[in-house]
Amino acid sequence: METVLLIAHTEADGVLARSAREALHAARMLNKTLAGSNLVVGLVGENVQAAADSIAACPATRYFGVTGAEFTQARYATDATAAEAICRAAQATIIVAPATSRWNRVLPGVAQRLGGRVDTHVTDVAEVGGQPAINRWYYRQRMEATISRTQRPWFMLIDPGSQPACECGAGTASVEMVTVSLPEACKRTTVVGVREPKADAQTIRPDAQLLFVTGAGWTKKQADGHTHVPEAEKIILEFLKHTRASLGSSKSLVDLGGEGQAVLPFLSHLNQIGQTGSTPRHPKGLSTCCHGEEPHTVGWRFIAERRAISLDPNCGWARGKADVLYVADAFKVMAKVNELLTKG
Amino acid sequence: MSTAYQIVVCAGIVPDPLQTLEPVASPTGPALKNEMMLPAVLDPWASHALYEAANLAKNAPGSKVWLVSLGPKAKLQQVMMTVAQRVPFELVALDGPASGFTEAAEVAAALAEVIQTIPGLDRSRLLVFGGWESASRGAGATMQMVGERLGIVDQFQGVDELKVNPDGSLDILERIEGGKHQVSKCVGPPALLGWATGNLPEPKNNPQVGMTNMRAVMPALQKAKAVKLAGEGLTFASVTLPKQMRETKVVKDKLPDEIAAEIVEWIKK
Repeated sequence: METVLLIAHTEADGVLARSAREALHAARMLNKTLAGSNLVVGLVGENVQAAADSIAACPATRYFGVTGAEFTQARYATDATAAEAICRAAQATIIVAPATSRWNRVLPGVAQRLGGRVDTHVTDVAEVGGQPAINRWYYRQRMEATISRTQRPWFMLIDPGSQPACECGAGTASVEMVTVSLPEACKRTTVVGVREPKADAQTIRPDAQLLFVTGAGWTKKQADGHTHVPEAEKIILEFLKHTRASLGSSKSLVDLGGEGQAVLPFLSHLNQIGQTGSTPRHPKGLSTCCHGEEPHTVGWRFIAERRAISLDPNCGWARGKADVLYVADAFKVMAKVNELLTKG
Repeated sequence: MSTAYQIVVCAGIVPDPLQTLEPVASPTGPALKNEMMLPAVLDPWASHALYEAANLAKNAPGSKVWLVSLGPKAKLQQVMMTVAQRVPFELVALDGPASGFTEAAEVAAALAEVIQTIPGLDRSRLLVFGGWESASRGAGATMQMVGERLGIVDQFQGVDELKVNPDGSLDILERIEGGKHQVSKCVGPPALLGWATGNLPEPKNNPQVGMTNMRAVMPALQKAKAVKLAGEGLTFASVTLPKQMRETKVVKDKLPDEIAAEIVEWIKK
């Protein structure tokens, strides 16, 4: 009989993030389909009661918590100790967690401690022949596999955005506190803060409806034989201001700085999508001046509706990958788009 | 205070990202079509880890870099011909599969075991580097398990910056959600860092470094221990290429004004 544990951490304000509710949805799916299984919840944070109460209507039979000021920090040593203690207390055989940066950092190590196995970037869970199975991608989102394992405990980190959020309601949960003693060796690292771009310079917005992808074409010579980098910068930033889209970029455009070429100053490796970048999830994606074949296009593998603007009608980025390809000059089109958005 | 670090970089090899990849079934589980024929490169994020390690070693006199790599011996040799030109290191090779379908826990066990055989390893100076994810399995799990096996609980993933302070403490920037970085301070080694892109460009080829490295690379390859990765308890029900072809509507003859109007309507929908 499987014991399915949802393990989540609270956010700074004590609540659960949407990604935790998505992982809870996956945990409930497993609980529902695996005969005889039971669902339990484990929470880590300074105080977890409010978070537990917020999902108290879900069919979990027990709630475990590790709390205290030491667990507000996303620190490997303390998080691993907390997660290990909860897994042991719950005697969990399947541990489902949101693939946040915090859990991605720590849960593979916890799987090692417990002699288990871990799968990250899980995009779906299912039951196959009475056994749990998961879907995940290999080779940077270029092929998809369905796998199952006999080892337990089995950790499954669910990619944010891949599942609907569990809509279970609030109530009052009875949380069993798990006592954890932290040796000094767990406190050699201190999280001193978060560094983020200024509000108006923050171009990565995971919750945006639209991903705006900029390719190297923006900094190349245009029809008049000259580059127009300042103009490109103005057009792109104005579009982002109007739409609150998230900005993605091809590797070649991000790398131009290292090659001494003109660059768009607001782009960094954090904006990079594709083979060596991220594969964000957004309902819509608009790519501009992007070129390249399969390895690069994985950057918008998980974008639902895709449109592209390119001067090349046979562009490998767009043909067969986008729903609509506009063969046009992105400078002209996006300037007009901004005009229309300004008018409202 | 200046510490002479012992920096162990774990780096696998992967097919050149520009290659077309196709999964096939093999007697030992899923594999890539013509896998042994595909040109290979050092894993991209692990490469950044190597460059950061070399840079740190250069700035901390007395430091040394080991490159620990698991892959088919012939492939490792091919990749080392290029990598050895970049930065100084000593290769520690393991002869085994480099496939993305291997089990992270088994790879971690093999890496941790061979790291522990490095002569004179001193935990008070030890930094273990690697990529935060590979371009093959892409799990971002192996390094944490290596760290656990080595008893290292100061671990960082998605690292973009490491700064050594005068008192020997380490300031580390890790990628977190929303394009932000978490800033941590660690009192010092031992620590494990899974690197993202970092800040360093790819070093230029240096034939002198290449010649020095290659003198040790060939003997390291010759004595590479064979590693078997059984994938125990792991079953692949299917491995498929995604249905990626979309019926692309190509719009060629519209004016920028018309296209813009269409795009704005689509965005607002």
